[in-house]
Amino acid sequence: MSDALRLEDVSVDYTVGGKARTVLKGLSLSIAPGEAYGLVGESGCGKSTAALAAVRYLARNGKVSAGRILIDGRDLMGLSASDLRGLRSRTVAMVYQDPGRALNPSLKIARQMTEVFEVAEGLRGQAAEARALEMLARVQIANPARVMGAYPHELSGGMQQRVVIAMALSINPKLLILDEPTTGLDATVEAEILDLIVALRRDYATAILMISHSLSVIAHVCDRVGVLYAGELVEEGPAAEIFAQARHPYTVALLRCLPERGRLKSQGPLETIPGFLPAPGAIQDGCVYAPRCPIARDRCRAERPPLYDLGGRVSRCHYWEAAPAIPRQTVAFAAARPVSQVLPVLKVRDLSKTYTVDGKAFQASRDISLDLWAGETLGLVGESGSGKSTLAKLLLGLAAPDAGSTIEMEGEALPPRAKTRSRAQLKALQMVFQNPGLALNRSHSVRRLIDRAMRLTGALPARREEKLAVLAHEVRLTGPQLDEKPRRLSGGLKQRVGIARAFASEPQIVVCDEPTSALDVSVQAAILNLLVDLQAKQQVSYIFISHDLGVVNYLADRVAVLFLGRVLETGPTRAVFAAPHHPYTEALVSASPAISREGVARIRLHGEIPSAAAPPPGCVFNTRCPRKIGPICETEAPPARDAGAGHVIACHIPVAELAILQSSSSGAA
Amino acid sequence: MIGILARKLPLALITLLVLSLVVFFGGQLLPGDVGRSVLGPLADAGAVAAFNHSVGVDRPVITQYLDWIGHFVVGDMGTSYTFQAPVAPLVLSALGNSLKLAGLAFAMIVPLGILGGVVAALNVGRWADRTILVVGQSLGVVPEFISSIVLILVFGVWLRWLPMSADWPEGAGALTQIYYLILPALPLVIIFFGYMARVTRTGMVEALDADYTRTAVLKGLSWPTVLRRHVLRNALVSPITVSASLVGYLAGGLVVVETLFHYRGIGSVIYTAARQKDFPMLEAGVLLIGALYTVAAIVGDLLIAALNPRLRAEVSA
Amino acid sequence: MKPFWRHDKFRAALRSPSLMLGVVIVVFWVVCAIFGARLAPMDPYADNLLATLSPPSAAHWFGTDQLGRDIFSRVIVGARDILTAGLMATLLGTVLGTALGLALGYIGGVFDSVVSRIIEALQALPLVIVALMALAAVGTSNLTVILVIGFVFTPLIARTVRSAVREEAALDYVAASHLRGDRALSVMIVEILPNVMPLVLVEMTVRLGFAIFFVASLSFLGFGIQPPSADWGLAIAENYSLIGSYWWTVIFDAAATASLVIGFNLAAEGVQGLFEQ
Repeated sequence: MSDALRLEDVSVDYTVGGKARTVLKGLSLSIAPGEAYGLVGESGCGKSTAALAAVRYLARNGKVSAGRILIDGRDLMGLSASDLRGLRSRTVAMVYQDPGRALNPSLKIARQMTEVFEVAEGLRGQAAEARALEMLARVQIANPARVMGAYPHELSGGMQQRVVIAMALSINPKLLILDEPTTGLDATVEAEILDLIVALRRDYATAILMISHSLSVIAHVCDRVGVLYAGELVEEGPAAEIFAQARHPYTVALLRCLPERGRLKSQGPLETIPGFLPAPGAIQDGCVYAPRCPIARDRCRAERPPLYDLGGRVSRCHYWEAAPAIPRQTVAFAAARPVSQVLPVLKVRDLSKTYTVDGKAFQASRDISLDLWAGETLGLVGESGSGKSTLAKLLLGLAAPDAGSTIEMEGEALPPRAKTRSRAQLKALQMVFQNPGLALNRSHSVRRLIDRAMRLTGALPARREEKLAVLAHEVRLTGPQLDEKPRRLSGGLKQRVGIARAFASEPQIVVCDEPTSALDVSVQAAILNLLVDLQAKQQVSYIFISHDLGVVNYLADRVAVLFLGRVLETGPTRAVFAAPHHPYTEALVSASPAISREGVARIRLHGEIPSAAAPPPGCVFNTRCPRKIGPICETEAPPARDAGAGHVIACHIPVAELAILQSSSSGAA
Repeated sequence: MIGILARKLPLALITLLVLSLVVFFGGQLLPGDVGRSVLGPLADAGAVAAFNHSVGVDRPVITQYLDWIGHFVVGDMGTSYTFQAPVAPLVLSALGNSLKLAGLAFAMIVPLGILGGVVAALNVGRWADRTILVVGQSLGVVPEFISSIVLILVFGVWLRWLPMSADWPEGAGALTQIYYLILPALPLVIIFFGYMARVTRTGMVEALDADYTRTAVLKGLSWPTVLRRHVLRNALVSPITVSASLVGYLAGGLVVVETLFHYRGIGSVIYTAARQKDFPMLEAGVLLIGALYTVAAIVGDLLIAALNPRLRAEVSA
Repeated sequence: MKPFWRHDKFRAALRSPSLMLGVVIVVFWVVCAIFGARLAPMDPYADNLLATLSPPSAAHWFGTDQLGRDIFSRVIVGARDILTAGLMATLLGTVLGTALGLALGYIGGVFDSVVSRIIEALQALPLVIVALMALAAVGTSNLTVILVIGFVFTPLIARTVRSAVREEAALDYVAASHLRGDRALSVMIVEILPNVMPLVLVEMTVRLGFAIFFVASLSFLGFGIQPPSADWGLAIAENYSLIGSYWWTVIFDAAATASLVIGFNLAAEGVQGLFEQ
């Protein structure tokens, strides 16, 4: 039987501004029938290009410049247009990121589903519809008939992705290509979709090519994994072996820069990868990773390494034997000062925010009460729509809270809007934004960006210049970089500028709103290290907003879990992320491979996330709660139960009972 | 649909109210002394005062406006200074004529423009695309009187294929009228072809590059099916919407074209009224054109809703 | 800093044939506008009743008009008034429109709703008609044409700038500016304006072409540039009735007008392309 997909020495070029740029260089891989293969790499490594080349759907300026692509033994480049159509309609299917855009906005789901059966099997009308309904049921859509009559925009992201997966599997393909199928979905929804993919793999004998930037996603689904770097395959082998012991310095570094397995900041900084991803085609001689590799020698810069066969796995490193033993970076953080417990720097009581859109009221925040202590990091976690960003805006005075809300800084009430706050108050409370590309004024130089923020300190220009030099050194920006406009800097450097700007006014509190979610993992690690370092040196408090539990676990001293604008649970990070905890936190932890432990039963949430315009009565989590105890959850707001040491859980189930429930399902807590 | 109308109609009424204020301002306040402006600098002061009194412009501004708009909405558009006759029948018959001319131009622009845009989009970056864009765009900026003169010279004077004036013989049938209107309609086609083609091309390129088109292609659908069912359906929303507002823009070209081709339409009425400072006539003509545009815009909104379910929510929001 | 001729954008401009053609045409007419009187072979205003309506010849390349004036010379000097009026009107409209658009987009609220509604209502009227009405009301002169076109352009430019400003104002760099307590005027001018400037420049080049279009059309209709100017639109209006027998009295002025607007359009397109890259 021939391989489901076979790439032989495939190179892909894009023509940009009249010049050909090689994005994929000599990629070879093969996927056996029924096998799941994961291709992992950071942005710009060419993984999506590989997926698109495999279905011959490159952008207008892209072309396969060398090599052969075979699907089910047939050479894709040699196919006529009608043979290619036949192949696409019966043998290969693709699912990609952003299902909302993958579906035609002006056609009902029924039409988009049935046309698959029309081309593949010649079915029409009722017969095609019956098959479509059956497929929707197989991807665990509760009400297929309703979905069939809906337009894509009427479905949630998770539901849309189920539809796309159903369409792809309708033809029972020999090869299914999944290009970042869960990126952009919430963690609990992502976990559900990944489970679905794993389950469907058992039912269908489909081979899978899965593309992802996330090692944990790949590990969850795939048997074998290939690591791409700068358009080249650097390592390949069984997933379990690679994650256990990588044999290429890049893979080693990639695995170490994630805050995996419950790692904490007190255990030392995260590993980072120095330098930058080279531009396509920039490195002609030697190993593409040599400029960033800690064990590179002269040979690495002169002689391009072949794929060394290590028996069942391969590595493109001359010194693959040394790779697993690369020493960990040993730069320690400055000693963190103890967290002060006298007076909270920020005290939030009954903070609510209601937006009115078209006469309908949305409660983006509801009765939030929090304390932030000097020098600590408070993590805010929650999925989209949980009100994390609204809370940040309210604290910073970028939006005014409802009447009755109070925010106090060091015992003094803060005016609701930034424009009515005093200079000292503005200076003390600053922010690092999610997307540094949009948060830095593109018309200003880096120096000017930081200097404008520094004026809040009241220092004279000459003094500011000195301070700026010190600050730039601390965030590791070089002199020439200070004179650049932000667009000439990489994402990681831009975020360093964003951090420098936030620290320019010498603040006491910095709100970090998903500061690394737009960055690659290797860049994320450096930014997180920087934040920890600055906190220890400058004694600031952080409010750290993130959807990534691994990052929050690493960084935060205490954490608050938000759902639909309410705080469901708050307390010391370790207490919150371990049982007993709120059923919602339990599900979040379970969906997060970075901190969930082996042997713990996976909790999956079902149903849609309710809308803030119509929150469920009683406990807002009751419609999705796997531990719902009865009508009381639907009628009464849950009490705040004290679980000790500042750990508070808003749930009708008593803490002791939660502890029993959660330990019985997890074995060990 | 009803919901959209219920939201859009009040907005349209506000638009018309604002327009009427603007027109009133332009026609009755801006000229200052209307009598002096109409009768000229040499007229005797008594005659000016008498004129002002006879047309009522010596009353308070609010009274004048309410009186004017109150009569206007019931169809009494005042009395023309020049013809000393009611404005309404004159203006309305001219509007009818203009609609014939604009209708003919519209019937040529929309299919030609959409075709041009589709052809350009299917050849993105190639010479056909660039030619259609550059030629369309360049023709679109040449004033109507220039293209009219070239067309008259070529088809009227040298080739003698088409009549140089739109003044058809008494009692001419529909086909004859169209024959007389082709030459006047062409400058309008020329000026709007590029715009229409460009809007269509943008919509097409967006749809061709969209992820849902990729989904459709990877399903193994034939290219004509992909085009018809997935691409065109989404791509044509904007050109069709734009074509509704075109009705309003065409009116601007009518002023020049109708004057050049001696055609008694609303454009030439406005032009003549402006020359002779016949303000009641001018106000009526301008306000009618504004009303026509407003109606066309509502039709456009309804079309969007009918064509795209996702936008349906946005339009009514 | 690199000298401007080393910049990628400048080099890209040199490679764009339509942009270069546009620039050449525009520069040609600008030279005619500035040095027209010295370039013209004959006095463009001198009557010659012995040589009226003579067809193109070696003596009169473009023939003569009803008064025997040399059309070639008149076409050359005719560039001046239309270019001046178009440029002034565009500058006026751009300055006012940008200021209004910044204020509308940044301040928002009731001020924005009311003014935007008025602007939207004005969109219901074709520009030529608004201009005709305004000129009929205030009287026609070279100055009023500039003012009227400038004012008519103001809301159009304001609308474009407003929507760009609204997009910018939603970006986090503006939030960062609020966190520093910057004043509204400082946010608008120091933070937002530099980022909408490219758009303003593109809008201005496009508007310049349209301003020429309107000046020409209004002159043709008798509401624009006034005699005794050698303006092209004016000349076409004066000679239009002779088109059946004396084609040369209109065709060269028509060609000049067409080349000027197309030249501006090609240049504007090219500039837009450069900013989009």
